[in-house]
Amino acid sequence: MAEDIKVIVFKLGAEEYGIEVDKVQTIERMMPITRVPKTYAFIKGVINLRGVVIPVIDLRGRFGIDEAEHTDQTRIIIVNVNEMEVGFIVDSANDVIDLNRDSIDTPPDVVGGIRAKYLDGVAKIGEDRLLIMLNLSEVLNKGEIIQLESLEG
Amino acid sequence: MDMNQYLSMFIDESNDHLQSLNESMMGLEANPEDISIVQVIFRSAHTLKGMAATMGFEDLASLTHQMENVLDLVRNNKLRMQDFIFDTLFKSLDALESMVQDITAGGDGKADVSAIVSALQAIVRGEVPSAGTAAAASEAPVAAGDAPILLDEFQFSVLEQSILEGHQVMYVDVAIRKDCQLKAVRAYMVFDLLERSGEVVKSFPSVQDIEQEKFDYGFSLYYITQKEASEIQAMIMNLSEIEKVSAVALDQESLKQLGQDTVAATAEAPPEAPEAAASAVSVAAKAAAPAEAPKASAAPARTGGAPSRTIRVDIERLDVLMNLFSELLIDRVRLEQLASEVQNGDLTETVEHMSRVSGDLQNIVMKLRMVPVDTVFNRFPRMIRDLAKSLDKKVDLVVTGAETEMDRTVIDEIGDPLVHLLRNAVDHGIESIPDRIAAGKPEMGTVYLRAFHSGNHVFIEIEEDGVGINSEKVLQSAVKKGVITSEQAAGMSDEEAHQLLFAPGFSTAEVISDVSGRGVGLDVVKAKITSLGGNVTIYSTPGKGTNFSVQLPLTLSIIAAMLVRIGSEKYAIPLSSIVETGIVKQNQIRTIHGNKMIEFRNAHIPLLSLSKLFSVPDYDESTEEETEIVVVRKGERLVALAVQDFIGQNEIVIKNLGKYLPEVQGISGATILGDGQVALIIDPNAFIK
Repeated sequence: MAEDIKVIVFKLGAEEYGIEVDKVQTIERMMPITRVPKTYAFIKGVINLRGVVIPVIDLRGRFGIDEAEHTDQTRIIIVNVNEMEVGFIVDSANDVIDLNRDSIDTPPDVVGGIRAKYLDGVAKIGEDRLLIMLNLSEVLNKGEIIQLESLEG
Repeated sequence: MDMNQYLSMFIDESNDHLQSLNESMMGLEANPEDISIVQVIFRSAHTLKGMAATMGFEDLASLTHQMENVLDLVRNNKLRMQDFIFDTLFKSLDALESMVQDITAGGDGKADVSAIVSALQAIVRGEVPSAGTAAAASEAPVAAGDAPILLDEFQFSVLEQSILEGHQVMYVDVAIRKDCQLKAVRAYMVFDLLERSGEVVKSFPSVQDIEQEKFDYGFSLYYITQKEASEIQAMIMNLSEIEKVSAVALDQESLKQLGQDTVAATAEAPPEAPEAAASAVSVAAKAAAPAEAPKASAAPARTGGAPSRTIRVDIERLDVLMNLFSELLIDRVRLEQLASEVQNGDLTETVEHMSRVSGDLQNIVMKLRMVPVDTVFNRFPRMIRDLAKSLDKKVDLVVTGAETEMDRTVIDEIGDPLVHLLRNAVDHGIESIPDRIAAGKPEMGTVYLRAFHSGNHVFIEIEEDGVGINSEKVLQSAVKKGVITSEQAAGMSDEEAHQLLFAPGFSTAEVISDVSGRGVGLDVVKAKITSLGGNVTIYSTPGKGTNFSVQLPLTLSIIAAMLVRIGSEKYAIPLSSIVETGIVKQNQIRTIHGNKMIEFRNAHIPLLSLSKLFSVPDYDESTEEETEIVVVRKGERLVALAVQDFIGQNEIVIKNLGKYLPEVQGISGATILGDGQVALIIDPNAFIK
């Protein structure tokens, strides 16, 4: 048996996603965001997290899903990957589960409209819950952003 | 004992001592008769030697020891400082510096310093380099026989001391085969071999002569080691092309006999020798003392310097302190705001007190990070001296305001640009001696290096009384190199032409020297200074000289800024680049060639709309009857930025935007306001091209 990992579960629309807990610094409620001009649309701006200025991106926008209104449930998940601190705006985040690495399968080519390279795999939990594990380095890959821009532009 | 924990301390202190050695040597060179300077140098060298020996850096210690010997003669009035002695001592300092650098970089601090060591030894012996070889040559026939080489009293007492301490002292005679092609190389191999397991006290012919092949097929030397004579003999015989080796161990008896010969020899020695020999007594006494108690003598030696009660603190800790303090500053502003809302007397009083205390604290924290520019300036006198010598010019460097303090972050970065400007001043600015005389100037050129505070800035000026900048030549060259068009050149004032020197790929020097003039340089200097939030300008009068004025911010972490509102957004504009704020009426705005311009101080300057540049969603000044403007400047150029409101002036803590965000043009960073919100800091330089 492979090791157990703790995973933060969050939602974008109806789908559930997972990020390994040791990559997550903190989860914050929605807070005022200062817009940064002349940058990508999915970068919502910067926030002040206890004295540190951290950029925040809308994960829906990043994955090309229509952006939603922010609600009481909206959260900002601050992750720390490759020495970059970035906040993700997600619809809700309210669960931490234990997951065995063995239960993570390689992803099918397209899951929920997101290209497979952003995914580490898909885990089945319980009878009818599917958890999409994110590949954070890819999500935050800057080369990828430039490519995206050129496609859009 | 684990030395690692002492290593960084050793490196720091060694650098301090080397620096003070350099400075004192410069002082002494200007004033060779001043024995008190020699005392200072001697103490520094002595402490350095003690430390190096304790840390086990033997090359370092032995070289310092040789320097000490020379200095001791000087301070006891037995030796007059002369040019070649200064040169040798400076060379020794350079060697020491490179050894310390090697140690800093994790090396073992070993270096081949035999040439310098023998030069120093020659000075101690009272030889003048060129005259020395001649003397040795003339003596050669006399000493060529089997007669043992002559020792002065210093060497004699060293040998005697070694015997007393239980070392083997021997007299080694080496003969190289007559058919040997490179006898100097063979001789060098012998010396190299010997120096690996002991010390050569004296050789005949002298080491320099041997290196220059000024010897017959044999040489002899006195040698101190722990090994047996037979071992040494066998070791040398193992080298190829060695004809014959004889190593004879000496005891006190045989040494005394040699000593008598020495006394006899001094009588017939060349004129300089008596001086050296007489002084040798005191040298010997001195040499023995430190050898026995290097640590004991190191401590009192240090008390000689000015006592300063300081501690060394890791720079990173100061950075952490600074960061923590920035957070406190943000909370303070927030508290002040809350207190003014709550309107509770006690709370307001407490908050006000806290503000005062934290204000003082801010001053102290900022001061902790302040370093006098002297830490950068102190290496320049030496650099200018060497540079002037190599260019055959006479240059006097006059430093003022070295005590001016700046933030460490700025100091760290400013060294290289200044080096470049100074080299430039000496190389291109100051004329050669004949040219200066022809121009009716004193032979000695002067370079002024000044630092002073002015407002929120530190200015560093480098001014020389040299040839000045020939604007016409600059313009011609700029046109030729395609930096500007000839039409542009025609309309340029002298001052504008001078600034062209900073254009990329520009160099007016007709002859490219190794000092400067490679055409990469001034533009790099400019870029560096600009990246520090500073500016550099040239003022020059042909025939009279040139002044490079570098303007730098006091600190890079906390700045004074003007907060402005544009719609619902707040931005900070660094006060340092603001010229004026004002209001213009709609009818004062003109459109020239599609660009909005306003009249400002009898000139037309562009008016930029920040709300358009940053695509602010909820504000558009074109609907307003009056527009608030902030006039900012980059060098001599001005631009007016249209904003909605002025909020006020504030001290802000600069934060970066994090690694994830791509660079945004016009934004240099962010700061956190009293209400906890983030405001972006505008980089006005980005709008002026």
